Formats: sequence, C-alpha cells, structure tokens
Amino acid sequence: MTSLTLQSRAQSAPSRAAAPLLAVDNVGLRFGGIVALDGISFEQHEGQILGLIGPNGAGKTTLFNCLSRLYTPDRGDIRFTGKTILSQPAHKIAGIGISRTFQNLALFQHMNVFDNIRVGFHSTTKSNYLSDALNLGGVRRQDEEIEYVAWTLIDYLGLRADSKRIVTDLPVGTRKRVELARALAANPRLLLLDEPAGGLNHHEVEHLGELIQQIRADRNVTVLLVEHHMSLVMSISDKVVALDFGRKIAEGTPAEVQNDPDVIRAYLGTDRK
Amino acid sequence: MKTDTPTAMLDAQDNASSNAGMWRLLIALGLLAFLIGLPLLSKNFFVFQLTLAMVYAIAILGLNLLTGFNGQFSLGHGAFYAIGAYTAAILMDQGGISYIWTIPAAGMICFVAGFLFGLPALRLEGTYLALATFALAVAMPQILKFSPLEHWTGGVQGIVILKPDAPFGLPISQDQWLYYFTLVTLILMFAFAYNLVGSRTGRAMKAIRDNPTAAKAMGINLSLFKSLTFGVSALYVGVAGALSAIVVQFVAPDSFTFALSVILFVGLVVGGVGWIPGAFFGALFILFVPHFAEGISKGLAGAVYGIMLILLIFIMPSGAAGLLKLLLDRFAIVRRLIEGLSGRKR
Repeated sequence: MTSLTLQSRAQSAPSRAAAPLLAVDNVGLRFGGIVALDGISFEQHEGQILGLIGPNGAGKTTLFNCLSRLYTPDRGDIRFTGKTILSQPAHKIAGIGISRTFQNLALFQHMNVFDNIRVGFHSTTKSNYLSDALNLGGVRRQDEEIEYVAWTLIDYLGLRADSKRIVTDLPVGTRKRVELARALAANPRLLLLDEPAGGLNHHEVEHLGELIQQIRADRNVTVLLVEHHMSLVMSISDKVVALDFGRKIAEGTPAEVQNDPDVIRAYLGTDRK
Repeated sequence: MKTDTPTAMLDAQDNASSNAGMWRLLIALGLLAFLIGLPLLSKNFFVFQLTLAMVYAIAILGLNLLTGFNGQFSLGHGAFYAIGAYTAAILMDQGGISYIWTIPAAGMICFVAGFLFGLPALRLEGTYLALATFALAVAMPQILKFSPLEHWTGGVQGIVILKPDAPFGLPISQDQWLYYFTLVTLILMFAFAYNLVGSRTGRAMKAIRDNPTAAKAMGINLSLFKSLTFGVSALYVGVAGALSAIVVQFVAPDSFTFALSVILFVGLVVGGVGWIPGAFFGALFILFVPHFAEGISKGLAGAVYGIMLILLIFIMPSGAAGLLKLLLDRFAIVRRLIEGLSGRKR
C-alpha cells in the first residue's frame, strides 16, 4: 500500500499548479490586547515538508492550535483540500486527515505505549457503548485490525520493547516517538509536529530528521513542523515560513529564508545590520 | 540485533501472559464455585448480607467507570441508586410487573436521567462537578417525600414490596434465590464493564481522563463521551438500586440520603480507583466494617470506623488494587528467587 501511494505522490509532486493541500489565508487572532497572529498567509502543497520558524512568542504554536481547531481565529480562513476547517469542531479534525503532536508531550500518562497508540485510531474506526460492552463480532474484528496496524506502527518506530510500559516510565525521546506513532495511527494526510526536537539530544535530533523524511516517503504524509532547532528545519524543509510578533516576515526555500535580512534581524536583534 | 531481541522478549511475555490467563481462568472458576456453594452452607441472614454486598459492588463498579476510567467525580450517585430503587418498587407495587423486568427498566431510566444530568453538568470541571452532583444527592430525599408524588412514592412511609419466591419450584429459600439472581446480574454487569474498559470506547474514556486536549485531537468527542459515561455509570447504580429494593423489600426516602453517595465513594476508594475487581473489596468494606466497628464499641462506632478508614488508607494508599499489586510483585520476586536458586530455566 505504501509503495503505491508513494508513486502517486511522486507523480503529482512536480505539478505545482495543483491546488494546495493547506491554505492559511490572512489568519488573525488576538488575546485581549495582545495580537498573537496578524494576518498570516501561506500555502502548503501535498508532499511538502514546511518548517515554521520564529523566535519565542512569534505565534507558531498559536497558529498550530488554530490548525487543530483548539483556537478559532478572529479573522481569515484555513482551508484543507480546498474546504474551510473553521466550521469543524476540534474533534472532527483528525477525521478529515490532520493529526498532530504536542510541544510538551500530551500522552495519556496512565496508559501503556500500545494503548496510547490505539487511541490514535479513534477517528478512523467506529463503535459505541453498546457494541463495545457486548463485544459484538464487528467490534472484535475491528479491534484485531487496530491491533495489527498498531503493531506495524510500533515496529516502524522501534517501540516494541517498550510497548507494554506505562508512558511516564519512558525517556523523552521514546515518548516523542510514541506521540508520533499515535498521530500516524489516524492515517493523516497532513501531520503537524510541534517542536519534535525539543528535549532530544544531538544524536536523536539527527535521527529525527531522517525519520520525518522517511515518514513522508513511506506514508505519503505532508508535514508541517514548528521547530526551534534551526539546522533540523533547514536540512529537511522544502519550504520555510518565518514568523515574528504574529506576522509573517519571510517565506521561501531554506536558503532564501536563512539569508533574509528580516529573519536575521528577528533572531539576532535590531542593532545588527 | 534490533529486530531479534525484542521479538524474543515478546514471545516470552506472550508465554507468560497465556500462563497468567490460564491461572486467571482457574481462579475465576474456583471463585464461581465458591460463590455458588456459599449460600447453601450459610444462614439466611448472612446470605442476605452477601447479596447486599454484591448489590453495592455493582453500584461501586458504576461509580468506578465514571471516576476511575473517565476521571469525573460524583458525590451524587446515591440519587441514581434511589431512582433505580423507586423505579423497581413502583413498577412492582403499582404496575404489578415482575421483579425481573424492573432491573432493565431501572437501568434505562437511570441511564436517561444520568445522561440528561450529565449534558449540562459536564461543562463543569472536577470539584465543581462534584458540587453539582452533591446538590442532586441532597435534593433526592426531599423529592421522594414531595406530596404531589406521594401517590407513587408513598411519601415518608415509602413502599413495601414482597420478596419473590424461587422459580421452577427450586428447593431454595427466597434469600438464596435472590442471592443467585443478584449473582447472575453481577456477573453480567462485570462482564459488560470489562468489555467496555478494554474496548475502543474504554480507551476513549481513559484518554479523556488522562489528557482531554490530546483526546480531542485524536478525534474524541469529549462532551458526548463524558455524558454517555455519566449515563452508563448511572445505569449501573440504578440497576444496583433496583436490586436493593427487591432484596430489602422496602424503599423509603431516608435510605437514600447524601450519606449513601459518600458511602459509595468510600467503597470506590477503598477498593481501588480504576480497577474493576476493586468494587468487591469496596463493597465488603462498606457493608461489614461498620458492623465490625459497632461490635468493638457501640457508643463510638463512628469513631472506630473513622480510625479503621484512616489506617486502611495508610496501609494501602491506592486501595485494595495497590495492595494486591504489591503482594503479587513480592510473590513474583520470591518465585524468581526460588527459580534462580533451584537453577530451573523457564
């Protein structure tokens, strides 16, 4: 299955005339008197890895929370496959193909790795209290399928040895991979990664970059990542968008954004030029 | 290397878990035989007490589904217990309906009541939800005494119902029959709960308990799952209430005060929050420990009960569940030691 989708993506990738997978259109949001997002616009095409960078407080995570509908923008629109997502409640977002991870890890802390990942299948499966309490045949078959795919994800991310351990017993790097597996369980088209390198050591960050590219290739997933780790973003992104004080200050290839005077100023301060 | 060792380890785990599964089956069968034989060898009053313990176990299990697996607190489940008990009593007394059918009826009515109460109340978080449910528990005895409802509820007097005979001419007493009837209900309710907790729905319930934001991002509809869980929890407690009415042969408003809600909560905590078999330990505790305390000192029974509760919390801070886990861990260590000494390989 994965190789099939990989081919179809490879064919469609060069035709940039195609409609974008994600379109952020003039999104603005203020909290009280603070302007968190001020008219952000950008587009992301299927198969791209897009890096969202900016100093602390630039509005990256706020934008992420708008994309997963935890926040509602005051103005502007967010379209996914051409349709607005602002009419959808937060719990419908996974079902339309957008999964996410969290900046400070949001795992289900009393559950083991296997169960955490199995929760990820919620949006793509069906059951109710009655069918589950009676353990009807259809539910049992579905659960077997969930288990099967969960084990493939566990192997894919090298979590087999820890699969039955409670997640709070695990080191940060492992927990990050559990979150990634849980997000992939929903079989997303767009994967939102909020600071995936946070808390990882140098070696793990290197591995993470390869992993993200591997996931894109194997599973035909488009990746939008927020990251402080500049070398990671610059090495794997097809496109980089830089924010500062809620505004977009640059957009382009990693090389273009890296050399943009506004970006340099935002990171190094106004005196420098 | 990375591919080999984990699989081997997992196979060993699988072996161990299938072994544990067989042990669990054997223990369950032994327990079942014990529970079936027990009333045949006991006095009627003890049989009656055991039946009540099973009734409490069902109620505590319902509360555990809400608190232990969904992370919501209720100090008002005594109210649903009352609704279940009165549903059974009124249906039998006024409708002339067989006691068997009052059980599902009470369950359904409590499910609807719990769901409807849950819908608005679940916008409240933690302690505030506990307060809202507390209000429900406080209001319930007065509602049952309310004069316009007296025609059905019997007002302060309550309703007296008749104890059913054993069917098919079985040569057992009424108390023994009710014991078996309750046992079957209990087994069904525990089986449903066990299925539920291990299912997709159960995982969603636990996900909401552990991290609501992440649960939402996984596609879980929080308000739907929370209010449905509240309804299911009320259903369990309502079934228990209906059984209690049949077993005790009597319902009256003052049997369902706020104290009942607290007693159920005590049973939950003593048994172990988030552990299904804990309900048995909790039920035995809330039924027998007050009697025991009274036996030690009639005048200071409440104080003795309080001291025993505090001691228990010191000995097993996470309920019977924690204690059992600790004992099993010790047992496993000892077993491993013995195996190591005798040089046996697994």
